[in-house]
Amino acid sequence: MFSDLRDLYQEVILDHYKRPRNFGLLKSANREAEGHNPLCGDQVTIYLQVEDGIVKDIRFQGAGCAISTASASLMTDALKGKSLQEVEALFERFHRLVTDSSAEAGPELGKLAILAGVREYPVRVKCATLAWHTLQAALRGSGTVTTE
Amino acid sequence: MTFTAQAHRTLTPAAVEGLRADFPILRQTVYGQPLVYLDNAATTQKPQAVLDAIAALYTGYYSNIHRGVHHLSQLSTEAHEQARTKVQQFINARSDREIVFVRGCTEGINLVAQTFGRERVGPGDEIVISAMEHHSNIVPWQMLCQEKGAVLKVAPIDDRGEIMLEAFEQLLGERTKLVAVVHLSNALGTINPVARLIELAHARGIPVLVDGAQAVSHMAVDVQALDCDFYVFSGHKLYAPTGIGVLYGKAELLEAMSPWQGGGDMIRSVSFEKTIYSDLPYKFEAGTPDIAGAIALGVAVDYVQHIGLEAIAGYEQELLDYATEALTAIDGVKLIGTARDKASVLSFVLAGVHPHDIGTILDRKGIAVRAGHHCAQPVMQRFKVPATARASFAFYNTRAEVDALVAAIQQVQEMFG
Repeated sequence: MFSDLRDLYQEVILDHYKRPRNFGLLKSANREAEGHNPLCGDQVTIYLQVEDGIVKDIRFQGAGCAISTASASLMTDALKGKSLQEVEALFERFHRLVTDSSAEAGPELGKLAILAGVREYPVRVKCATLAWHTLQAALRGSGTVTTE
Repeated sequence: MTFTAQAHRTLTPAAVEGLRADFPILRQTVYGQPLVYLDNAATTQKPQAVLDAIAALYTGYYSNIHRGVHHLSQLSTEAHEQARTKVQQFINARSDREIVFVRGCTEGINLVAQTFGRERVGPGDEIVISAMEHHSNIVPWQMLCQEKGAVLKVAPIDDRGEIMLEAFEQLLGERTKLVAVVHLSNALGTINPVARLIELAHARGIPVLVDGAQAVSHMAVDVQALDCDFYVFSGHKLYAPTGIGVLYGKAELLEAMSPWQGGGDMIRSVSFEKTIYSDLPYKFEAGTPDIAGAIALGVAVDYVQHIGLEAIAGYEQELLDYATEALTAIDGVKLIGTARDKASVLSFVLAGVHPHDIGTILDRKGIAVRAGHHCAQPVMQRFKVPATARASFAFYNTRAEVDALVAAIQQVQEMFG
């Protein structure tokens, strides 16, 4: 009954929605940005502590749907300890994964690959990418970002 | 539960099944499930009669109107103006001169803001709205206030989603130039006591605009009985196409107002020195109008009047009561909007599940609901929710569809555990 919906709402996603990792303010942050999806009211703030081009720590706060919350949670898990170059490469890979139905999930995506189911739900792609666009805004110092 | 309708004025399930057959779009399946269309507050589906009327125009007698001497132009003009008369009778306006065709409710409100508003509102003046307005009855007034240095005052609503009458009355003052208020809230389902609000405003000489976008398809509207000064609604929420709407205004007010847009059809004579404007309502209808839209709206009006607005209201009230009872019986469901006088709209939140996820899961069950802020962000802020899920009903919805909604919500809960 839930078979196709389970491709989207996988256990890992529901788990990260109910128990988001790295959730809350990061006091040592030296980069931050706020993202909004005005369509559904999702709101997320990404905090980063970047030192010598490495993401030393990353946290997020906000309120959103299962997809956007789980995506932010998984993203923060995946990016801790990564270089900014690696972060940029992951963003590209992830974006392709959730928008391009022919994209393969390579091993470097790790757990992020479970969000691939989103591409069958075009109106939900923005939920999955909100945290990532907000991350980019934080790294570029542009402050706020909206997806609609 | 209250059943306000008289039993003999309502629709039987068999009658509703017959009416459903008039709507071709309802016959389809979505993801292998029968379509359950519960997004009627966003827009309504179109009966075959309306679709046929559009085809009949374009295949039989289409032409531009109001200026042709030829046969087709006369037929089109006649049909267009008949539609105006149908709308006049539908809302019981005194004269068809008081019926201005616009693009939709939003355009109607903007027209009033940009003509009547600009002429009457000055620095320090006030416009009063309510806390349950749709963005379309907020933003045009904010723009006007910003331009004129005027102040927008907002009458509060209580936890049920009802307007607080005393607070509303206290906002009405010497500087109040207009009250603009919704008849039936799209986000909460509240039916506002507009007759009472108008009475209170008129006692102080303040004109009132009523946003009837949601109301006209769910209840009989009589603009003379209400004594409202302006009433606006859209065709597409009344089983007619998008692109056509109605601004009703009292003739004496419309006559005193300047035209809004200039162009053809709104003039009597033009020279480079001086232009003389047309009479009502053409003064406000510059350019070639939505001829097909107006004619189709006239047919949609015929269609709902044939069923009867009282019968529709009675049936929808029973359906809403049934759905309200079924939804509130689900653990974790909280209704947003519990006014004592409600119609057609069930806005709700579900503990532990974001409305957007509810919307996606219901969609895969063939059930179309709305998830979001419903273009009423201040209402969401008032009830401290980021968004709600909203099921909104029309006369073609059934108890079986409500049952499908309830079952699907229970499945959402199962999935989210």
